Amino acid sequence: MSATAVAPRLHDLRGRRFTVLLVLFASVAVAVVLSITIGSKSVPPADAWHALTAPTGTENDIVIRSLRVPRTVLGVLAGLALGVAGALMQGHTRNPLADPGLLGVTQGAAFAMVSSIILFGASSLLVYIWFGLVGALVASVAVFALGMAGGRGGPTPVTLALAGTAVSALLYALTSAIVLLDEQAMDVFRFWQAGSIAARGGDVVWQVLPFILAGLVLAMVNAPGLNALSLGEDVARSLGQNIPMTRAVGVAAVTLLSGAAVAACGSLAFVGLIVPHLARPLSGTDHRWLLPYSGLIGAALLLVADVIGRVVAPPGELEVGVVLALLGAPFFVALVRRRKPVRL
Amino acid sequence: MRLQAAGVKLGYGDRLIVDGLDLGIEAGTVTTIIGPNGCGKSTLLRALGRLLKPQGGEVLLDGKRIDRIPTREVAKILGMLPQAPTAPEGLTVADLVARGRHPHQTWYRQWSSDDEGAVAAALDMTGLADLAERPLDELSGGQRQRAWISMALAQGTDLLLLDEPTTFLDLAHQVEVLELVRHLHEEAGRTVVMVLHDLNLAARYADRLVAMRAGRVIASGTPHEVLTEDLLREVFELDAKIIADPVAGTPLVVPIRPLSHPAP
Repeated sequence: MSATAVAPRLHDLRGRRFTVLLVLFASVAVAVVLSITIGSKSVPPADAWHALTAPTGTENDIVIRSLRVPRTVLGVLAGLALGVAGALMQGHTRNPLADPGLLGVTQGAAFAMVSSIILFGASSLLVYIWFGLVGALVASVAVFALGMAGGRGGPTPVTLALAGTAVSALLYALTSAIVLLDEQAMDVFRFWQAGSIAARGGDVVWQVLPFILAGLVLAMVNAPGLNALSLGEDVARSLGQNIPMTRAVGVAAVTLLSGAAVAACGSLAFVGLIVPHLARPLSGTDHRWLLPYSGLIGAALLLVADVIGRVVAPPGELEVGVVLALLGAPFFVALVRRRKPVRL
Repeated sequence: MRLQAAGVKLGYGDRLIVDGLDLGIEAGTVTTIIGPNGCGKSTLLRALGRLLKPQGGEVLLDGKRIDRIPTREVAKILGMLPQAPTAPEGLTVADLVARGRHPHQTWYRQWSSDDEGAVAAALDMTGLADLAERPLDELSGGQRQRAWISMALAQGTDLLLLDEPTTFLDLAHQVEVLELVRHLHEEAGRTVVMVLHDLNLAARYADRLVAMRAGRVIASGTPHEVLTEDLLREVFELDAKIIADPVAGTPLVVPIRPLSHPAP
């Protein structure tokens, strides 16, 4: 076969990948519609449209604008962030079981939140989330610094995982000690830990948006370098890739994305573990496609799980973190059993 | 001189493997480095490919210190395939070869018609066009090695360093890979430096041989100049007879016994 015959086929492959991307965008759009219309109070799509475009202060308008829309937008953002962060994390560690929590963000956020309650008497959600964000960032910088301490030429996946586990264990122990002593901290921690996108207003969305956007940009910049790295460090360097820089950008992206998502929505890092496994069969191993696919699947999955949580236990709601764990765990087991574990 | 090592000291940590070595690679030649296990030949190749920073001395690419040229610029001139590289599962041949275009891409321009042409040409040259969409892990060892070489070809460098490109391959596949190397050299004028274990194949496919022992170059020159019975005794501690290869006329090594085992 001649060169001229291969080129169009390579072209087709790229066309196919764009098609999948469009389908995933469409599924997120469908999930958004479901999330806006379905709930303990069902709103017909026509009324929802009315609330979004020309609100007149009806009961439906208020439900949609002040509750459903922020909840849905936060779900999309958190799903995007955790999906992309999970794919980045698994790519950098070459470990299919890595999740974004490996960098210590979850325990960092938890510790900072409960500390803010007992030390500064913090009592509003926005303040908790600020502390959570800072805690996540600080924990992950500490993990990165510890991971780097051992060797020359930047942290390796193994030193990062070890440092992450150690820092997480320490922070978890401290958090446990605090919540045992303080009732208010215990209460906040309990609900945060379950993982939820409910009851967070538009202000929370604006609070985490810049971090998630910055993380998404860094992630896409990181994708080509990650592709080179996945062929091994020697090949990556032969291809002209600066490895310590690539790792640092990757860690920064994971930190911003998962730190913001976890601070705002609680421990949902599980999304980051499963989603890349759903995306990979569609995208192949190319991170330039795997990252956006993972983000979109993460967003759709999180919204659908949230909608399910609203309708399964009327008149109450099940937290999205609980639904994800209930649905996700058996699904993940099936996924792992059906194929041989992926080598990354 | 395309590539040159001048007084390089190479090692890992405190352990020095190569202590002050000089070597020059001429443009348009196929140079093969031979030597016993642990003699530093792969270490030398890694230094030539700027994967290992010398602890002393310097490596020059086209007369300039390689560590002073931005690594991405080096990647447009020099391609290096390390020993037994590994790819993520499910990576297709086309995807692997496309990654060879990495140094030519920027974060905002990820794919161009140049890239497409280079990938197609590389697949074509290695005869892998029909396997382009197959995952790498479904290929035979020889095909897989050809796919990795295609990646290095798509990189579009006229200098290629190959570290034991024939490891783990049966004889037929070894010859297949080396025929490809010869083709690259003869048709595309590329300069190739490789490490090989098989002396007879090395003699047949190289213009120049470099024999190393304990971190030093013992002899270098044409296969006829280098492969002598004396050299085999000195470098490999092997008692052997050299005859003419009945096919190619190059030196053919017929081993007799290691020097450490006296004749019975």
